[in-house]
Amino acid sequence: MREIILIKNGELALKGLNRHTFEDVMIKNIKMSIKSLGQVKITKAQSTIMVEPQCEDYDMDEAAKRIGKVFGIAAFSRACVAEKNMDDILAKAPDYLKEQLESANTFKVVAKRSDKAFEYKSPDICCMTGEALLNAYPHLTVDVHNPEVTVMVEIRDYGAYIHADQLPGAGGMPVGTGGKAAILISGGIDSPVAAYMMAKRGVELTAIHFASPPYTSERAEQKVKDLLSIVAQYAGPINFIYVPFTEIQEQIARNCPDDLTTLVMRRYMMKLATAIAKNKGCDALITGESIGQVASQTMKALAVTDAATDMPVFRPLIGMDKDEIIAIARKIGTFETSVLPFEDCCTVFTPKHPRTRPKLEAVETAENMIDGVALSEVAIQNVKYERII
Amino acid sequence: MLKGYLDNAATTQLCDESKNAIISALDCFGNPSSLHKLGQISSAQLESARANVANEIKADKSEIYFTSGGTESDNLAIRGAAMALKRRGNKIVTTAFEHAAVLSAMADLQKQGFEVVYLNPDESGTVPVSAFENAIDDKTILVSCMYINNETGAVLPVQSLKAIIKRKKSPAVLHCDATQAFGKYTLNPEKEGIDLMTLSAHKIHGPKGVGALYIKKGVRVLPITFGGGQEKTIRPGTEPLPLILGFAVAVESLGDKKANEQNALQIKEYLKNKLSEFDDVVINSPENSTAYILNFSVMGIRSETMLHFLEQKGVYVSSGSACSKGKASHVLSALNFNRDRIDSAVRVSFSRYSTVEDADMLYDAIKEARTSLIRSKR
Repeated sequence: MREIILIKNGELALKGLNRHTFEDVMIKNIKMSIKSLGQVKITKAQSTIMVEPQCEDYDMDEAAKRIGKVFGIAAFSRACVAEKNMDDILAKAPDYLKEQLESANTFKVVAKRSDKAFEYKSPDICCMTGEALLNAYPHLTVDVHNPEVTVMVEIRDYGAYIHADQLPGAGGMPVGTGGKAAILISGGIDSPVAAYMMAKRGVELTAIHFASPPYTSERAEQKVKDLLSIVAQYAGPINFIYVPFTEIQEQIARNCPDDLTTLVMRRYMMKLATAIAKNKGCDALITGESIGQVASQTMKALAVTDAATDMPVFRPLIGMDKDEIIAIARKIGTFETSVLPFEDCCTVFTPKHPRTRPKLEAVETAENMIDGVALSEVAIQNVKYERII
Repeated sequence: MLKGYLDNAATTQLCDESKNAIISALDCFGNPSSLHKLGQISSAQLESARANVANEIKADKSEIYFTSGGTESDNLAIRGAAMALKRRGNKIVTTAFEHAAVLSAMADLQKQGFEVVYLNPDESGTVPVSAFENAIDDKTILVSCMYINNETGAVLPVQSLKAIIKRKKSPAVLHCDATQAFGKYTLNPEKEGIDLMTLSAHKIHGPKGVGALYIKKGVRVLPITFGGGQEKTIRPGTEPLPLILGFAVAVESLGDKKANEQNALQIKEYLKNKLSEFDDVVINSPENSTAYILNFSVMGIRSETMLHFLEQKGVYVSSGSACSKGKASHVLSALNFNRDRIDSAVRVSFSRYSTVEDADMLYDAIKEARTSLIRSKR
């Protein structure tokens, strides 16, 4: 029995003349996400994208799992391909729907006939299919109002398709249609969630990670990569950029006033990130900050941080509670990795009493107490790249 | 053996003798329970390995039950003894700085309604006999006490406990997690009044994944897993012969334990002496601790930072405490050290292969770390 995946796009349908551009990007992303599973044919017809495996033992379960994470998809279904005649439909439907119908008590059949030349009308298709299913599964009863399973029979131009309920897609916009931005990622709970949220709006991600060995470990770096590979299941491949930050942090700790070290550090991170992001063709920075969460995330502190860059800084978590952030982290599967206890660059040098209402001039004076330009140049020269898929 | 490796209380490098024994045993694939010749060959090897391990602690070979290692032995001993004796009482006495395998098993028993008393170490760094004296009573069914603490090296008064149990007319069996002592000291559970003793292979240059529980003849332990009747139904499951033979050969290859201890002591004293040059180093191991473990803090430098710095210099140690984000070490917390000291704790641990050179590598690296690393502000 041939099985395919039918994909309905969501918000994209609302786009006007450039809808096809969005769809093409989404198709490219779908292709990328299931590339390793084998050959498929992807076609676009009648506002549906069809994924047809080209080999016998294609792993449809895995393909469905991956497609469920591609942004831009509102809903999708796995469907059985039948010939465009009732005999074949009635022969295939009971077998194909076995799993769903055996575990249900009630069902109904809905027919959709976009090929008006088909010999039967929709109500007839419903009746005939319903009868065949009732014969095959006598325990079932029909319930047209609240069925446990809705069986769809779609008669389209190029074939007939049988499937049960649709699965929800990941929603959002296809990654790549919303521009390119760089996420500053530390390894905590917040930044992977922020990355996910921006990717959901179609933003293609580059990830910038500041590492300070030996204050931070290789395991912390590995943890960040692990987090990114989870985010990449949704966001597609991510360029990971590792920035050696030890020298700058040590110099800040030695030379700058204690209560401003965190802000000075944040500003150097912003400056470095800006230079790297521009070089990589990004148009914005993304952080996982949420207002008031820690001292460096007060409104005044954020203003001081923002003043270090001329790029827009997106903070999708800005108005969220920790609980809400954690709920998303759990949903996308980053939480367990995020809470692994390794030092990351944000915790090692934390001062006892950081300034919560900093003055920009004071922070600027503090940051000039070290040779930031020279140190930043060295850091940029020594960045490492890796593609996370 | 790897130079600069000073984390032998975590695990040890497989010795050549054990490695070779494992490799050749991989071909001896017969199931010891099979009745045919191949099974017979394996069974004979298994029993001779059992005799080897038994001999090391002057036990009878029928008292050795192979397990997957220290954690399983601890669980089997504690849960198995508690279940066997639950009709005779409800109280269990242990210490607050046991290994997690013991503490977690205890926490589970608490959930099941047992009363568990955790004895804290005093300023001397160990749990005094008097604490056991006060805690053990005639309702106590199990006393579990480690031989040597894995983080500080403190030696516990296990040998004195059987007398207390008897005096208090307690039905308790005495379990001892001897993971850090086995193979380093001459142990004799029968003489020391220990009913159940946890042994592990990978702390003595044997393979990971195998250990044993000594169960004194006549002491009843109920199984915690069920299956095909191996290990006299106490620990069912087809025996991993290569690991068990590797274990037995590691035991055979221990050498002169007295001389080994002398060597470790010399390194430890040498290191302590060198570290005493630094006014910011405090020793966390108690005075009477084992020669094989030295725990100290370089105040202000976090354990994990120090660990990674040392690793860059080819020196491998353990952080006494996970890190600022992780939980503080329960052992050092039980000793009431202040947070700074706990956050900076480093454990070095020796084996019979350790040398003064290893200690020098550590000393040089610490010296450099003290001047180059930024100290935490707390």
